[in-house]
Amino acid sequence: MATEISIGNLTQPINESTDQLILYTLHLADNALILGQRNAEWTGHGPVLEQDIAISNIALDLIGQARMLYQYAATLINQATNQLINHSTNPAHTEDTLAFFRTGAEYKNCLLVELPRGDWGVTVLRQFFFSTYQYFLYHELKNSADETLAAIAEKSFKEVTYHMRWSAEWVIRLGDGTEESHDRMQKALDQLWAYTGELLTPGDFETEPDGKIVVDLRSIKVAWTNKIQEVLSTATLQIPENKWQQSGGKQGRHTEHLGYILSEMQYLQRTYPNAQW
Amino acid sequence: MNQEEIFQQKVDTEVRIEPKDWMPDKYRQTLIRQISQHAHSEIVGMLPEGNWISRAPTLQRKAILIAKVQDEAGHGLYLYSAAETLGISRDEMIAQLHSGKAKYSSIFNYPTTTWADMGAIGWLVDGAAIMNQVPLCRTSYGPYARGMVRICKEESFHQRQGFEILLVLSKGTDEQKAMCQDAINRWWWPSMMMFGPKDDESPNTQQSMKWKVKRFTNDELRQRFVDICAEQIKILGMNIPDSDLKWNAEKKHYDFGQINWEEFWNVVSGNGPCNKERLDARVKAHEEGAWVREAANAFAEKQKQRAHKNSVAA
Repeated sequence: MATEISIGNLTQPINESTDQLILYTLHLADNALILGQRNAEWTGHGPVLEQDIAISNIALDLIGQARMLYQYAATLINQATNQLINHSTNPAHTEDTLAFFRTGAEYKNCLLVELPRGDWGVTVLRQFFFSTYQYFLYHELKNSADETLAAIAEKSFKEVTYHMRWSAEWVIRLGDGTEESHDRMQKALDQLWAYTGELLTPGDFETEPDGKIVVDLRSIKVAWTNKIQEVLSTATLQIPENKWQQSGGKQGRHTEHLGYILSEMQYLQRTYPNAQW
Repeated sequence: MNQEEIFQQKVDTEVRIEPKDWMPDKYRQTLIRQISQHAHSEIVGMLPEGNWISRAPTLQRKAILIAKVQDEAGHGLYLYSAAETLGISRDEMIAQLHSGKAKYSSIFNYPTTTWADMGAIGWLVDGAAIMNQVPLCRTSYGPYARGMVRICKEESFHQRQGFEILLVLSKGTDEQKAMCQDAINRWWWPSMMMFGPKDDESPNTQQSMKWKVKRFTNDELRQRFVDICAEQIKILGMNIPDSDLKWNAEKKHYDFGQINWEEFWNVVSGNGPCNKERLDARVKAHEEGAWVREAANAFAEKQKQRAHKNSVAA
């Protein structure tokens, strides 16, 4: 059964492999955009000027990655729909229609990225979980049979290598800093841990029989876990004992936070549809 | 020649004054005041534009806006560093900002209420800033002049980006055109005030000109700004909100209307629409970052001790 893709006023099942590639690309894009949007909340409000610049830079990299991925998804959707209905009067999708005209249920990002930015400790710990995931993901995606995804992964890999290093350093610095910073980091870990499992649990669009295009998350889970444990241990932080993990983002079932992010982010496009900016 | 005469001779012959050179105490104080005020303006200036990052209308506009605000943080860094060469620390300067002792550009005490404000700030506010800053690339104090060269390059890029935002709006829907005109209406006069009081009411100008900290007077720069904007507005097909604005063929300059100096002095002294919000936001970021800075210092100290222990053990 082909998955139904509903994007704006387009509701067309295409075919299974194209659907999967589109959903997978959108999922990767949504993760990057929503975390970019969250991190940019720090711009102008960072704890020290140099770090204000650093977190803004990470936001900028993530939004850049999201743009490349949305552009690719838009191309795939446009091609598929033109083939299917055999005329091109359908409004063409762009990176912006995909970012600004999809609803929360159509967003396929992991719950972790939509959580509030919290204090600086929550922000750097979330970044560390996510960047480590992106690091191993892009490392594999560079070898994808899909040339566009492989090229995007290649380009983004250098960026996320830096993000992972930067955030790991902060996790260690704050975990092993003062008593207050240690307590705050442990609280952040207790809060965020239940949202990490979803990063490495395959959604429908991440299971592929021949495994040529999408990254098999099982193949990077060990590497991710080892890196996380190593850094958390250096930071003198304890992984919570509660094993329960939240999920739903990959199916479009989100926390209450995403609605607010989207209503703010999409406000101009939705208030003045058909305008150029 | 005494030290003061040697100093003035250097200034007169366009030799840059460097941090270790002798300089009159008032010159040092004037520069600290001016450079730190400039640095604070960059930092506070991040807030009104940062206000629209989450709502930027396209992903490209969002990325450009983040990069722009980030550039301002970078400018703040260069300027704080330049001021530090005069013997004041960044912490001291920031404390002066937070206590209200140090000022920042009053323009940032106006609110950004629509997306068009991102265009108007780029075109008018950055435009006025550039007018003030280009001559500073030749200012007599070396570290300040060199910092300004880099800053001016980025500012002129920002100014073009701002104009381009307005240009797109000016060709857009009726609502976008109205948004564009409204932003110009709100930002025009505050931008005109950015050049400071009229020359005959600007007490520091004469001394600053003699020291070549300043190269042109407030009124000269303001006139140059009006002349350029009066031409550029034609490309936008919008209006500058000044019924007295007209070309004076005799002077070869545009005449313009009266600036509301009462508003200017009120905003400077704290009565602007956002003075409190802006300062509160800076103080909040600083206070909420205190534990982070303390932890970073504590960790660095631990690392030093560990390295020391290891070297002793080895």
